[in-house]
Amino acid sequence: MIFIDYLLRRLIQMVPVVIGVSLVAFIAIHVVPGDPIEIMMHGRAKPDVVAAARAELGLDRPLPLQYLRFIGGALIGDLGVSIIQNAPVADIIGERLGPSVFLLTYSTVLAVIVAVPLSLIAALYRGRLVDHVIRFAGMSGFAMPPFWVGLLLMLLFGLYLNWFSISGYGKTFPDHLRHLFLPSVTISLSLAPMLVQSLRAAMLEVLSADYIEVARSKGLTPRRILIKHVLRNALIPVITILAVNIGWLLSGAVIVEYLFAFPGLGSLLVRAVGFRDYPVIQGLALVFACLVMVVNLLADIGYMLVDRRVLKE
Amino acid sequence: MIALTRGWSLPAAFGAEIRRWPSSLKVGSAIIGAILLAGIFAPLITPYDPYYQDFMKTLQPPSSAHPFGTDMVGRDVFSRVLYGIRIDMQIGFFTTYVPMTYGVMLGALSGYFGGVLDATLMRLLDIAVAFPFLVLIIVIISILGPGVPSIYIAVFLVAWSMYARLARAEMLIERGKDYVLAARTLGYGPMRVVFRHALPNIINSSIVFSMSDFVLNILLVSGLSFLGLGVAPPAPEWGAMVAEGRDFIFDAWWISTLPGLAIVFTGTGLSLIGDGLSQRFGQPQRSLP
Repeated sequence: MIFIDYLLRRLIQMVPVVIGVSLVAFIAIHVVPGDPIEIMMHGRAKPDVVAAARAELGLDRPLPLQYLRFIGGALIGDLGVSIIQNAPVADIIGERLGPSVFLLTYSTVLAVIVAVPLSLIAALYRGRLVDHVIRFAGMSGFAMPPFWVGLLLMLLFGLYLNWFSISGYGKTFPDHLRHLFLPSVTISLSLAPMLVQSLRAAMLEVLSADYIEVARSKGLTPRRILIKHVLRNALIPVITILAVNIGWLLSGAVIVEYLFAFPGLGSLLVRAVGFRDYPVIQGLALVFACLVMVVNLLADIGYMLVDRRVLKE
Repeated sequence: MIALTRGWSLPAAFGAEIRRWPSSLKVGSAIIGAILLAGIFAPLITPYDPYYQDFMKTLQPPSSAHPFGTDMVGRDVFSRVLYGIRIDMQIGFFTTYVPMTYGVMLGALSGYFGGVLDATLMRLLDIAVAFPFLVLIIVIISILGPGVPSIYIAVFLVAWSMYARLARAEMLIERGKDYVLAARTLGYGPMRVVFRHALPNIINSSIVFSMSDFVLNILLVSGLSFLGLGVAPPAPEWGAMVAEGRDFIFDAWWISTLPGLAIVFTGTGLSLIGDGLSQRFGQPQRSLP
């Protein structure tokens, strides 16, 4: 019962944010200096074609009506029509959503696999050489531009080692894993330093907690304390840390998808901006924001299921 | 006596202050200092014009005449990397510290006064955080058209939100402390209390964060230029240079690799300063607030 209550409150809190986000996405197309239709058609279309396109997008109607039509359409999965590609925006985005989510999940898993042991080592050997080395490596990793890392990985693996494919998506699941390995490693290399930094702090907090002291005084082996007590409690913040960094993860994915010619949402955004395909840009802005919000909601729910103390507050 | 020693020992005091710095702050400052000097004195360090195309010397590997080699139109890559310091550091600086200035002020006022202002600001922050940073910037650039002025406008519109969030959170703690109450009891106006008394105590976390933000902004500018939405060629911007060399990566690795290395080097230096400052101020370091 408390659970439902919490969920409802959380959903109600999201309503103003959703309205704000949709307003931002909606306004985008209306603040384009000059005529968006003329710009989209690069000034080469006849006046009657321009008028038809304007009517198609509903740009000839009053603004509040247009907004209602936009948000009403978005709620039932209608995001308008791309003039450039002559197809519904929802379809164009829909067919690229799957690959993008696959890529993001893959990168997150890789980043967690790398970050958890590194942050544990850094926390255990706090202030020692290993800790400093991990921290310095994190700073350098944080400063590496993903497009540059991706290019180096392409050069190394694509040309000299020839282990992984350097572009595309593939057809079957093992094929996906092989095709997406290099882009995922690239994204996870920029995500992992953030994770290590936050996780190290979380683990230090757990290590100094009373129940660890109790476990020690009970005479448990360090190995058992580490796995049963430290790791289990330090893994809870991973959920929150991942959710906080989802925007950063998506930003990295945009550039990496473009570099690896990957058929995802990020490369679609870059292409749509190149063509000035405003309905697609608008739809993508909405979808990206929804992804962030959904991930944050899921993280909250997950956190609550793991740690019931949240409910009492 | 005190006045005398103060007047005479200013350099000595400065030296003593530097000796107290954590080693990461020393190393980071040395790296960034060297990079800034190299950018300022670029014409003295390299004899080549970063824009001069020498078609007799295209795609030459690194040599003593061209330490970083030459690119596909025969420009000296080392000169371009050096002149790139001016572009990337300048854009990085302004995209970091302009939004920080009004972001901190807004956050501080909002945290101090609360009420309608605070509620409005919090809703705005929620919306700004819902968009991935790069996506929002790209959407704004799609409206304004590619180029440096668009980057400035887009970042100025968005990036203040992180500083406002930080400053607001700090101000909520600071608001109830004795010295703030004392200043109010003395009859000082709210502006004086916020900006003269509380601000110096809440600014440190923003300064520490600004070093990570500086790195993020250099990555942002070079990333946008790599996508063709930022600094346009032939300007020697690091990200744009990586993009130019991309088609030649298998034949001439140096064109893309070395400008990218300049980004990593600069970013590491800035992060080291941030790390050192967080130790000096006793603040937890964070990449994202």
